[in-house]
Amino acid sequence: MNRPFTLSDAPAKGCREAPVLKERGQREVFCGLTGIIWLHRKMQDAFFLVVGSRTCAHLLQSAAGVMIFAEPRFGTAILEEKDLAGLADAHDELDREVERLLARRPDIRRLFLVGSCPSEVIKLDLSRAAERLTRKYAPHVAVLNYSGSGIETTFTQGEDACLESMVPVLPESPERQLLLVGALPDVVEDQALSLLSALGIETVRVLPSRRADAPLAVGEGTVFALTQPFLGETAAALERRGARRIDAPFPFGEEGTTLWLRAVAAEFGVSEERFEAVTAAPRARARLAVAAAAETLEGRSIFFFPDSQLEIPLARFLTRECGMRAIEIGAPYIHKGLVGPDLDLIEEGPLLSEGQDVDKQLDRARAARADLTVCGLGLANPLEAEGLATKWAIELVFTPVHFYEQAGDLAALFARPLRRREMLKALAPATGEAAG
Amino acid sequence: MKLTVWTYEGPPHVGAMRVATGMKGLHYVLHAPQGDTYADLLFTMIERRDHRPPVTYTTFQARDLGADTADLFKDACRDAWERFRPEAIIVGASCTAELIQDDPGGMAAALDLPIPVIPLDLPSYQRKENFGADETFLQIVRHLAKPMARTERISCNIIGPTGLGFRHRDDVEELTGLLFELGVAVNVVAPLGASPSDVARLGAAHFNVLLYPETGEGACRWMQRELGLPFTKTVPIGVSATRDFIREVNGLTEMDASPDEGRLRLPWYSRSVDSTYLTGKRVFIFGDGTHAAAAARIASEEMGFAVVGLGCYNREFARPIRALAKSMGLEALVTDDYLEVEAAIQEAQPELILGTQMERHIGKRLGIPCAVISAPVHVQDFPARRSPQVGFEGANVIFDTWVHPLVMGLEEHLLHMFRDDFEFRDEAGPSHHGGHAPRAMDAAPEPEPALAAAVNDNVTWLADAEKELRKIPFFVRGKARRNTEKFAVERGVSAISVETLYEAKAHYAR
Repeated sequence: MNRPFTLSDAPAKGCREAPVLKERGQREVFCGLTGIIWLHRKMQDAFFLVVGSRTCAHLLQSAAGVMIFAEPRFGTAILEEKDLAGLADAHDELDREVERLLARRPDIRRLFLVGSCPSEVIKLDLSRAAERLTRKYAPHVAVLNYSGSGIETTFTQGEDACLESMVPVLPESPERQLLLVGALPDVVEDQALSLLSALGIETVRVLPSRRADAPLAVGEGTVFALTQPFLGETAAALERRGARRIDAPFPFGEEGTTLWLRAVAAEFGVSEERFEAVTAAPRARARLAVAAAAETLEGRSIFFFPDSQLEIPLARFLTRECGMRAIEIGAPYIHKGLVGPDLDLIEEGPLLSEGQDVDKQLDRARAARADLTVCGLGLANPLEAEGLATKWAIELVFTPVHFYEQAGDLAALFARPLRRREMLKALAPATGEAAG
Repeated sequence: MKLTVWTYEGPPHVGAMRVATGMKGLHYVLHAPQGDTYADLLFTMIERRDHRPPVTYTTFQARDLGADTADLFKDACRDAWERFRPEAIIVGASCTAELIQDDPGGMAAALDLPIPVIPLDLPSYQRKENFGADETFLQIVRHLAKPMARTERISCNIIGPTGLGFRHRDDVEELTGLLFELGVAVNVVAPLGASPSDVARLGAAHFNVLLYPETGEGACRWMQRELGLPFTKTVPIGVSATRDFIREVNGLTEMDASPDEGRLRLPWYSRSVDSTYLTGKRVFIFGDGTHAAAAARIASEEMGFAVVGLGCYNREFARPIRALAKSMGLEALVTDDYLEVEAAIQEAQPELILGTQMERHIGKRLGIPCAVISAPVHVQDFPARRSPQVGFEGANVIFDTWVHPLVMGLEEHLLHMFRDDFEFRDEAGPSHHGGHAPRAMDAAPEPEPALAAAVNDNVTWLADAEKELRKIPFFVRGKARRNTEKFAVERGVSAISVETLYEAKAHYAR
């Protein structure tokens, strides 16, 4: 059953060249600041200081959903009236807040100054601030900056901007190495590293590193593989440093993981026998686990609102491994250079949409009445109230879903709303559409 | 610039959203960048609303700046009118749009829509959510409410409840029933549940009941001035406050109604002997001004607690809270800095916190039980059951809510007597909270040394005394430690022995 994947399994005509509906209007998506919620957990000696407004602070608090930490490793320097009046003063104020923060938190080794909509609009130059503060606090603290503003980034693009900001300051090294790029839950990252090590790939490093002192460098000998589809700018920055990207579908599901590993293995000259030996057992486990959830998903239709940028790889997984039928695949933006291999594997048919005009898209979703609608938190309950089953997209970036051992969990995340509806059918409204 | 970790209030346009989402037939066109739509989830997730908030965001991006953000706004406004056909539109800017100065009010007026268009001016870099709600509702009332003939039967409006309010849904229901018993019909409840046409007939009432001053005082003052509607000053939260409110309403209606107190259980529950253990329990109160003030009165006069800390996060209510604290021999804590509140609670070592969801987290960390009395709200603050704060049923709910996190009377004694019992250790916490036991202090003692340092760096605990201290149940241990250290410092004792501990206990015996 572990027949290796060959291109003959690909559909006769994929979606790479399919026309894309480009929409521009109200977007129901988070801004890039949201990435801080998982990035600050991933990088345990980093602090994310948003220079923004009360809205930014409120977004982080609301998106985090719960407040677990006395003092989390992120905060917002809230701009006040006087900061808007004079930028020189704003820089002084920022220096003062950073000094207080670093005095209170000596454990911080990396400080990210994160730009926001207001700081961008008043043209507060955070790169200048980062340079100035780096000189002041080196070598103990490295100060970097990026923008998570909504006028420039959507949701997961914040992680892209953050990782991109780290690339120019990485030391140069000609060493032959594999760089994994993307913030994964530690447990998933460890699984990936162990698979790669079993394949015999010796030097594997991860961006972002968990701690500042991890040996991380880049150069001509570096090849890198993205683990997330939203890291286009980071990929470009690595290429500017001489690194080369391995093109592959993203490691979701058994097939995605196998194709991703196979592309890496090919780059490092891993033998077919060794590849089989290493992947056979986890592939079988993944297929078994996916099959359990696929029973619920088989033959059901799915509609994706744009959200996390994972929509295209997930549509590939759900249509190919779980037997679902995609009606619309919406993504905030489509970077064909990165998601091309995933698009190749999705059989033509679904509408691809980029950007959003939420009211028009809601009209399409209501007309389609998919068995499952994937959307953000602002839309989920209203659509449920209209009788549509939904899956909130944010869970897909907060939950371990990559690689073999999570393939079943990933499928189950989509199956659960359908199973729940089935269990609760006695509660369905007695009349009207919602009963459906 | 001010570093903020967690905030008690959102920006003012979120206050405007609370008004718009609470109302019906009103639409809010908000000039805002991509990402500000996060605020929708407050309503759809925390409050579990089954409709999207009636808000259209212009969603401008960097490339639009300096080019056509104004056109974006006009298109969004026209589209919103065509798609949703509201009775009225409010227009405004979020923090970023305020900076680009597009004048949403002027642009919307230029569209000549056939409905009232109400501009909002909410200064995002100075004010916060409650101001935003209060100001928005004031502007809606100013634009729509007109003087008119009073209803034949005596009636009032209930002013202040909004979307995403702390127990607003249930308070309105409870208060409507109470007013009925007082012979007063409810003309309009607003903003919650009201349409613009309902707002237009506010003037038909004989008076206003100002339920939440945080979000309704501006409108009540305007209606008093312009429509001649007096408004009530007592917020009926607690037994005495409810009775005061009844007197106030009777004064306005010139009647002498006395509602049935048969369902009111707090007074007897509080006087019954099993509640003796509540006597003098040290409570720390923090919330919005209205709920904190109400809680302080209930705590001291109706529960027999000792209030050891009182404060609010909304500066608009600093004056009354400071005066109330002073009357209780306290200095009020008026701050929106979460870390400052945490430090004050740690310093006061209360046995119970009456606070917001933020203080609930502080309590979790410090091992101090907490009951929630005020916004900011959390999904838990929207219980499926009816759970008002106002009126007699509200008082009953408050009694249960505040007593629930505590270790109960006899259990407290047993814990004290048999503290080494392997199954009945104090670390287990209240026996009716399986999953929510306060943290075992022996396993994670870090808050205590920090506290010791706060009192005096020169006082040390001898091993025997430290061991004896650990025998004291967790819910009073912090206080015992603090008192003993204070006692030692006052007497110039640098090493605390078992003797010192018991001398201090005798000294502070209450």
